[in-house]
Amino acid sequence: MNTSDETTLLERFKSRISAGEKIEPKDWMPERYRKQLIRMISQHAHSEVVGMLPEGNWITRAPSLRRKISLLAKVQDEAGHGMYLYSAAETLGVDRRELIEQLLSGQAKYSHIFNYPTLNWADIGVIGWFVDGAAIVNQTMLAKCSYGPYSRANLRICKEENFHKRQGYEIVATMAAGTTEQREMVQDAVNRWWWPSLMMFGPSDNESPNSAELLRWKVKLHSNDELRQRFVDLTVPQAQAVNITLPDSELRYDKKTQHWNFGKINWEEFWNVVKGNGPCNRERMAARQKADNDGAWVREAAVAYTMKQRMNR
Amino acid sequence: MKNGSDHGTKNVLVEFLLRLGDDRLILGHRLSEWCGHAPILEEDIALANIALDLLGQASAILHLAGDVEGKNRTEDDLAYFREATQFKNLQLVEQPNGDFAFTIARLFFFSTFNNLLCDVLQKSSYETLAGIAAKGFKESSYHLRHSKEWMLRLGGGTEESHRRMQNAVNELWRFTGEMLVFDEVETELQRLNTIPDLSTIASQWSGAAAAVLTEATIIIPFRQKDSGQAGNHAVSGSRHGFHSEYLGHLLAEMQILARSYPDAKW
Ligand SMILES: [Fe+2]
Ligand SMILES: [Fe+2]
Ligand SMILES: [Fe+2]
Repeated sequence: MNTSDETTLLERFKSRISAGEKIEPKDWMPERYRKQLIRMISQHAHSEVVGMLPEGNWITRAPSLRRKISLLAKVQDEAGHGMYLYSAAETLGVDRRELIEQLLSGQAKYSHIFNYPTLNWADIGVIGWFVDGAAIVNQTMLAKCSYGPYSRANLRICKEENFHKRQGYEIVATMAAGTTEQREMVQDAVNRWWWPSLMMFGPSDNESPNSAELLRWKVKLHSNDELRQRFVDLTVPQAQAVNITLPDSELRYDKKTQHWNFGKINWEEFWNVVKGNGPCNRERMAARQKADNDGAWVREAAVAYTMKQRMNR
Repeated sequence: MKNGSDHGTKNVLVEFLLRLGDDRLILGHRLSEWCGHAPILEEDIALANIALDLLGQASAILHLAGDVEGKNRTEDDLAYFREATQFKNLQLVEQPNGDFAFTIARLFFFSTFNNLLCDVLQKSSYETLAGIAAKGFKESSYHLRHSKEWMLRLGGGTEESHRRMQNAVNELWRFTGEMLVFDEVETELQRLNTIPDLSTIASQWSGAAAAVLTEATIIIPFRQKDSGQAGNHAVSGSRHGFHSEYLGHLLAEMQILARSYPDAKW
């Protein structure tokens, strides 16, 4: 393909984006667009899968049968989200195994939030409320993104995340209205998860290397700071409704802007966790690697069996 | 049973429901341990799906057991506030998961049994139980299909998967005998026409299991009661609260939070 062809295609691509059209797998797209999407979608998929671990940690200790069943169903949903997303990434010409190997080798990233431990049962409620809540804010935007398969995957995921968030908040509300110990558990979990949840949206856009390009291509439609603000505005009244204190002394409502102002985020902590030095990075990776190693003979057997069946036909 | 007023009838019925409920609770719990750690993502989902079905059945059955008993015990009281010796599940379901072959072989043995049992129980004159069994029949048909497919894949896959499956079957076999034995509890409920006749289940189970094992090229172990091989004897007593040491640890984990704060609502 010569450069003038390429220029025409690029112009057409840009005008489709600005007209709000969806780009589909068979359409022409710039290599950078494809690369950026593969990176984003696979990171998102890995996050769903690694995200099963902190919550999975409480399935066997859930305090009632109803809670046990709903937590297991939730973690199962996250595995489903991982599957939709790996499939969405595969439409861009990579395969799932390749992506999983990037995760296992440490080359690919996943959301930093899943490197924090779940220490008491209230963590399960607070993760649903904060972490699924933050994911909804982000994914509601991504459901409108320019790449068709990713947009549709997010639409589907959002429906379930909303359910997760409600379920989490319900655990929090129940415990907050419960015994003194239960209230203490909730407050402790809120104190530990609040700031890391705010970090989930990523650093300010002027410090986020990919943001401008992603916004131009409508892969993202809002800046990280806008999304973070939306999350804070949604969450503060919910905390007040259950009489739980968010651990930020600078939290103030600004009547003029109609937004909640909040304190400074410790980005040093964020980068430290992203680089692999969070409280549970090693454990999360070790758990994924163990599952993959222990499962190797099973996957080989499935392939061998299918081959034999084919030859016998 | 038309009503639960007769004292002796009530006791056998509660006993029978605990056996049913506890099997499903404990196996559901074991399967849930796989979630996040399975060989492929599809299997995280499938095993969780089966665990959810079993836990749902357990919850409904234990709820009913509490109702029939009439001492105001909920399904959670029964799940979280009984001691190991008060549990009536089979030792089969409380064994640790082992490798994937062990998990699958156990699931296949239990699902074959569960499917046959639910098929009979859905014809019970006791309607609440018949309803639960009808749902359990549909669900266990899927569990059976799923585990059977893996029995064939692992049995006929690679040398390693075949070896692991054969080991799993050998290890598990001694736990299957007592699953097929019904005692005075079931006999009494049959006599009262609360549940239909269960006497064909054992032979149907043996036939169905043998067919799949043969197709999976797995050698069927002897019933060890006859083989007389040391350490390989068939286990018994689960239905009366006699268990392996594993159950206590499983319950310690499962019950820790509920028991630490007995007055709390979650
Ligand atoms: Fe998710
Ligand atoms: Fe979620
Ligand atoms: Fe199901």
